[in-house]
Formats: sequence, C-alpha cells, structure tokens
Amino acid sequence: MEKKSNTSSTGMLGWIDERFPLSSFIKNHLTGYYAPKNFNFWYLFGALALFVFVIQILTGIFLTMHYKPSAAEAFASVEYIMRDVSFGWLIRYMHSTGSSLFFVVIYLHMFKGLMYGSYRKPRELLWLFGVFIFLLLMAEAFFGYLLPWGQMSYWGAQVIVNLFTSVPFIGPDLAEWVRGDYLVSDATLNRFFAFHVIALPLALAGLIFGHLIALHEVGSNNPDGIEIKDMKDKKTGIPLDGIPFHPYYTIKDLVGLSVFLIVFVSIIFFAPEMGGYFLEANNFVPANPLVTPDHIAPVWYFTPFYSILRAVPPLFNSQFPGVAAMGLSVLIFFFVPWLDKSKVNSIRYKGPLYKKWLSTFVISFIVLGYLGTVPSNVWGQFYIAIPIIGGSDVATIVARIFTATYFLFFILMPIYSRKDITKPVPKRVRM
Amino acid sequence: MKNIIISIAIIILSSFSFASESVKLQKAPIDLDDTISLQRGARNFVNYCLNCHSASYMRYNRLTDIGLTEELIKDNLLFTSDKVGDPMAISMKYSDAKKWFGAAPPNLSVTARSRGADWIYSYLRSFYRDPSRNMGWNNTVYKNSAMPHILWELQGEQHINHETNNFKLVIPGKLSPKEYDQFIGDITNYMVFMSEPGQQKRRQMGYYVLAFLFLLLVLTINLKKEYWKNIK
Repeated sequence: MEKKSNTSSTGMLGWIDERFPLSSFIKNHLTGYYAPKNFNFWYLFGALALFVFVIQILTGIFLTMHYKPSAAEAFASVEYIMRDVSFGWLIRYMHSTGSSLFFVVIYLHMFKGLMYGSYRKPRELLWLFGVFIFLLLMAEAFFGYLLPWGQMSYWGAQVIVNLFTSVPFIGPDLAEWVRGDYLVSDATLNRFFAFHVIALPLALAGLIFGHLIALHEVGSNNPDGIEIKDMKDKKTGIPLDGIPFHPYYTIKDLVGLSVFLIVFVSIIFFAPEMGGYFLEANNFVPANPLVTPDHIAPVWYFTPFYSILRAVPPLFNSQFPGVAAMGLSVLIFFFVPWLDKSKVNSIRYKGPLYKKWLSTFVISFIVLGYLGTVPSNVWGQFYIAIPIIGGSDVATIVARIFTATYFLFFILMPIYSRKDITKPVPKRVRM
Repeated sequence: MKNIIISIAIIILSSFSFASESVKLQKAPIDLDDTISLQRGARNFVNYCLNCHSASYMRYNRLTDIGLTEELIKDNLLFTSDKVGDPMAISMKYSDAKKWFGAAPPNLSVTARSRGADWIYSYLRSFYRDPSRNMGWNNTVYKNSAMPHILWELQGEQHINHETNNFKLVIPGKLSPKEYDQFIGDITNYMVFMSEPGQQKRRQMGYYVLAFLFLLLVLTINLKKEYWKNIK
C-alpha cells in the first residue's frame, strides 16, 4: 500500500520527514510552541541552565581526555591540564566556573518557580522533574569536586561520606560501601569519577528531557500565573497571549545569553578562583589523608544545607538528626505543589503573607549559605551568664533560628497560603 | 556546671586559635609585568629553593614566558636536569626528605595559590634564632616550621622580642634589609608567576573576548527589538 506522506516538505527535508518527524518536531517545540508573551527577566534561567549543562558536558569531555582518575596522578594531571595542554586552563576554568554558575542559574530558576507558582496544577510533574534534576546536580557536583584530589576535595568527601555513618544500625557499613575502602582513597576516586562522567550526566540528560517534555505538554507558566490556553483565538486555536517560542524567545534569550556570557567570561579570565569561592585555596594542596585542614567548608552552593547540618544539635550522641534535617531541607521541595493552598498562582496576586514568608525564606537561605562558609565560632560566643544560650557560638544560634525559618516557610505554607488575602486575577496577561 | 566548664574551655581555646592567626602579613610586591624581577626571582628560586623543594609541575622551558631564551636557561638555570623541556624536579627522594627533615619539603609549583603571595613573602622575612629548635630557627608566620633559615647568610640573624613580637637584626647579612626584601620579593613574584604561568596571557585574552561579547550584546539587543516591535 502506498504510504501517504504526512508532510508538505519536499527535497531533503521531505525525504527526512517521511522517515523521521523532523518538521513536526520543530513545529511542536519551537515555531509552533506558543509561550506567553509576558515572560520577564526570571524566565531566562531555564534556557541558561540548559546552556551551562551543554558547556559542562563539552568541557568535561575534553578534561576527561587528559585527566587521570588515580590518587597518585589526579592532582598532577590537573596541573598538567593547566600548563601543558593547549588551552587546557581555559577548558578547566570553564568547567569549574560553569559548575558554580550552574547553581546560580538553578537557584534563580527555582526562585522564579516559587514566585510565580510554576509548581501548581497542572505543573506538579514538571516541578518534580526539576527537583530531581536539582538533587542529581548536587550529587554530580559533589562527585566532581573530589576529582582534583586537593585537600578540600579529599576532606570534603570524607566529611560528607562520613555522614552516612550516622544512619542508625547500618551506618558504618554503608559509608564503607560508598567509599569502597576504610577511608576516602583511590577506590573512592575511581567510582566518583565513574559517577561524575557517565552515570549522573546520563541520568541528568534524561531528566532534563523529561522536564522539557512535561513543560511543552502543559505549556509555560508566566509572571501573571494565568493559563494562556484558556483564552484562544476562536478561528486559529492559538492562545491570544501566546507567541511562537521561535523566533521570539530564541532571540530574546540570545540577549540574556550575551549578558550571561559577559559575566561567565569575566570570571574565567579575570577571577577564576572568585576569591576562593569557586576554587578554594586549600585545594591547591594535594590530598593528604594524614593532615586535616583547620577549616573544612564545602563549596558555596552547598553551604546553606551544610549550615543546617551543623545547626541541628546531636541527639543521644548521634549526628543523625542533623543529617536528616539536611536531607529534608532539599527533599521538602518535592512537596511544594501540595503545600501551597492559595487561590492564585503568581506572587503578583498573592497577599502580603506569602511575600513576607518568601522573603524570610530567601534571607534564611542566604544567611545559612554565608554561615556555612565560615567556622561556627566566627561571631564569638554569648556571654556565659545568659541563660540557656550562654557560652554557645553566636553563629550556631543564628543558624538554628534561620534553619527554623527555612523549614517554617514550607511547613506553614498550607496555613498562610490559605489565609492570605489575594488580589483578583485578570483574564489576560500584562506585559 | 559541666557545661559552663566546657564553654569556658571553648572560649579560651578559640581565643588561642585567634591569637595564632593574628600575625599580620606583609604585602608582597607583586608585579607580573616586571620581567626583570621575575627573571631575578627565577634565578633566586632555582639557586636557593630548588634543592630541597621541587616545582615539578613547572617545566624549565616555560621560563621563556618571562623573556628568557632556551640558551639562557640551559646555561644558567639547568642544575637538576639536562633537558630544557624537563620539569623542575629535585634529586632528593620524598621518603629520604621525610626521614631527614621530619616533613618532606612541599612541591612549590602552586604554593602561591594555596598560601597566597603575602604569606610567602612574610614567611621568608620572619625567621628568627631559636636555639630550642633542632635546626636553630623558628618562624612567626609558620610556627615551628621544619625549614631552617636557608637565606640567613643574606638576611643575617634576627632575634625576637617575645613580648612585642618585634625582630632585631643582631648579625647583619650580606644584603641590606632593603636588598633582602627585594630578593625575597622577586622570589615571591616568581612563585606567583609559576603557580599559573599562563595567567598574564589569560587576562590579555579576556579583554578581546569581552570586547567581542559586548559587540554581540549590542547586536542581539537590536535583533530582539526588531523582532519584538509588533508584540504589544
């Protein structure tokens, strides 16, 4: 039976279209994907995250060509990349700066979601995909940070893997299983390398694909939180407030990308260590299992969670409550779609309660992030005579308060989002 | 009661840790455009440091980046090797060094990035006579450092006033204090260069890349305006 062509294309494209849905794919996801026309600044970071992901993969491939995943050679091979490989320094700085900026972009992207209610019905799955990506990204960054095999790489991994020992009953065995040795060693480096260069990037690529499929199924949210699909042109069926993603948003994202690249490049060429926040000074000392650094701090993007870990006091001599709190501080994002009981999506129409709580959350996140980079005695101690807190580190008490507000933002959300006085939502988006 | 004792202990201990960190570092005279200083620094480094310390991530021929020719390097600086493309290694074994000094002298290739230039400069200035140490020297920047004062012939012998922590030059060295500061300033400058030999090129290249990106930004802004002019 003669198969009828499903496309009007001719020539090369027609030949492909009869065998592969190329034209319809471009139409469905670019030229015929209608996005709300009122995207603002905050809607840039999803595309940028994808861009950084590609940068990390590409630079990662070239680094892998010269890097040696062995405890005896890793540190020297990184210096070899920095000195002897043509443009090795550029590839390495792109990768190290890229990892930090990946988190900058992801945090801003998540903040956008919280502001405009992008996790709410029907976008719950889209949000869940996102939280999974965030989780795996943290794992990816953690595994990758061991590879330069400097003192911070080594002791950071030691501290984090040791967290597993606090798991009741199976803890010590679990930590040993993760390390593949009694302490972080060559075996650990090899498996972390395997996870960093293949397992997690592959899983991330799959999840990002799922994230985009879910997005294009339900359509993009927008700063007004209005469903543009509710107001369609009767004849064409095109949303009245929608514009084709390509060329409008591809072009607009190019502007954002240019600005982003200016920031990216400024760091790479003029401040690749970023004052010790992107590349820590202690990581220029080769890993030494016999010398523990005075102050072990994770890279800045983990510090809010690290602060929570340190802030929660041990119970019955077990660090498990802190570890559980740290885990929960990330996992709690999964529940947001069902915690928000507000009648409206966007912060533009939500009441003062939500604004106050979201601000509290952001401040908590930033303060915890700062405190995670410094030793807990940084602000000294409370005067002994003060009841209860006398003698405790000031920074620890502050971290405890902000850990509480961090969690209260989520836990109290069902209450304050229901109680909040919302504003009426217009039918059409505002530019 | 127990808690109070513990917290007092914490306060006392933490004040100690602050005290040990409170040594003020001197600002090192770093100027990577000063190739004369870098060349002097390379000479000083190779003659005085590169006997116990290796710098094996650095190759000799990379010194061409600071204006030396391979001939000059071969004739004047190649003590540990006979090929100009070789890394700056030393002949002392790590295990021997550990036995002899208690701690093996660290590889100095990237020390300027881990310690910072000011630390190195201050460290090299802050040796003083201390008969209680087995090498006879101590250091205020790095207490009980295993390294003896290699440059004592040049700097002379400093004694310390333990109350004020001030030094007094008791026996003058071959160099005046000013010349000595320049000598170690050159070493520090060189070590900053050595920690990332390509850094000057990196910064130069950065300006071109930024210039390109600003042009790209102007282009993309105008492109966006053109495409979006009908969207209201």
